[in-house]
Amino acid sequence: MLKGRNLIDTMDFSIEELEEIFELSNQIISNPEEFSNLCRGKLLATLFYEPSTRTRLSFEAAMLRLGGEVIGFSEPNSSSVSKGESIADTVKTIACYADIMAMRHPKEGAPQVAAEYSPVPVINAGDGGHQHPTQTLTDLLTIKTTKGKLSNLTIGLCGDLKFGRTVHSLIKAMSRYENNKFILISPQELKIPEYLKKKLEKDQIYFREIEKLDEVIGELDILYMTRVQKERFFNEEDYIRLKDSYILDEEKMNKASKDMIVLHPLPRVNEISYAIDNDPRAYYFKQVKYGMYVRMALIAKLLGVK
Amino acid sequence: MLTINSIKNGVVIDHIKSGQGIKIFNYLGLDKVDYSVALIMNVESNKLGRKDIIKIENNLELDFAVLGFLDPNITIDKIQNETIIGKVKLRLPDKVENVVNCNNPRCITSIERNISHTFYLVDEKTGAYRCKYCDEIYKVSDIQIK
Repeated sequence: MLKGRNLIDTMDFSIEELEEIFELSNQIISNPEEFSNLCRGKLLATLFYEPSTRTRLSFEAAMLRLGGEVIGFSEPNSSSVSKGESIADTVKTIACYADIMAMRHPKEGAPQVAAEYSPVPVINAGDGGHQHPTQTLTDLLTIKTTKGKLSNLTIGLCGDLKFGRTVHSLIKAMSRYENNKFILISPQELKIPEYLKKKLEKDQIYFREIEKLDEVIGELDILYMTRVQKERFFNEEDYIRLKDSYILDEEKMNKASKDMIVLHPLPRVNEISYAIDNDPRAYYFKQVKYGMYVRMALIAKLLGVK
Repeated sequence: MLTINSIKNGVVIDHIKSGQGIKIFNYLGLDKVDYSVALIMNVESNKLGRKDIIKIENNLELDFAVLGFLDPNITIDKIQNETIIGKVKLRLPDKVENVVNCNNPRCITSIERNISHTFYLVDEKTGAYRCKYCDEIYKVSDIQIK
């Protein structure tokens, strides 16, 4: 049962529980007005210890569209946190006001501490470079809704696979479903971490590591793009050599299947050309909307109102 | 040549890596007890080359699991009437709490007060432990006891 639970890591929920959330999300997508009073009288607290306008607005929009209300802070200097208050004390206080909270914190494990001390559900809205489970739920819902399934897919992940937490989380989540294949497209310096590679090998999950996107794009059902940042490279020559391999443009899209979908956790800089935005296969802005819907379903389930 | 007598009843902690004996001695609080204890350092060992030994004239219940974490090669002999009545072979504990700190500066344990530093065993063969909060992996051999 999801009522009263916390979401700190996507792996906290079973496949069946994730399915419950996706099913409710789809009901909300088909008829949002039906759910517009579901959380009337309930309060969500957004505790954002570092700025993240996109995620915070998504949570706030989700709660407001459920008929609930929102309180919170969006940077620590405006609260008693700047006086050195511990997370444990902060959440015990906030739990006196709110029915559920979403926390974004620069330190890894902070939402887990919050969950240990909070009598109300805690949602991890991102902790440092560690986890961002609602982004993964967003990615999964988008894939499920557009492809009709989460198994038997060939998923290309492209760009920064070493530091990208959404990449690691998506790989781990999609590995739980049958017969998914991963094509990992990145420069040598930004390949997936060793622990994740070992996990895929141990679980006998098919994956390939490739450096050039245009060599494999034709095989993909899903292309998950991430930004390749110059500062991650050890030398400038490698960056210059490789940077354009990871820009998705019309030329590369012409080699892709007509059924492939393009996702990106956003914000994007130049890794997806603006010319792609009108391609029907570009799903990264629809993905944003799915993010709001999946957060609506998540909040409703954790509060036990549906 | 240095000689320490056998103990009548108690415990001998043997095969401690040379130099670690004093840390384990202090960790067990043996500097504050009122019964006889001996810390022998840097003696020759066939197995280790050099080793430390602790002899305790008391049948105290040691936290064996933690000793396994502090040094998995340690052996523990229980002594009764000057005879070894049992040998305890240590294995790495599944969970370790408040023995060592997480060194990851990005971990919440670096700033949050009143929080336990907890690690879970992930691989007995390599002695790899994972921090409960940040999932950072540490090898037992790399860990410095507080």
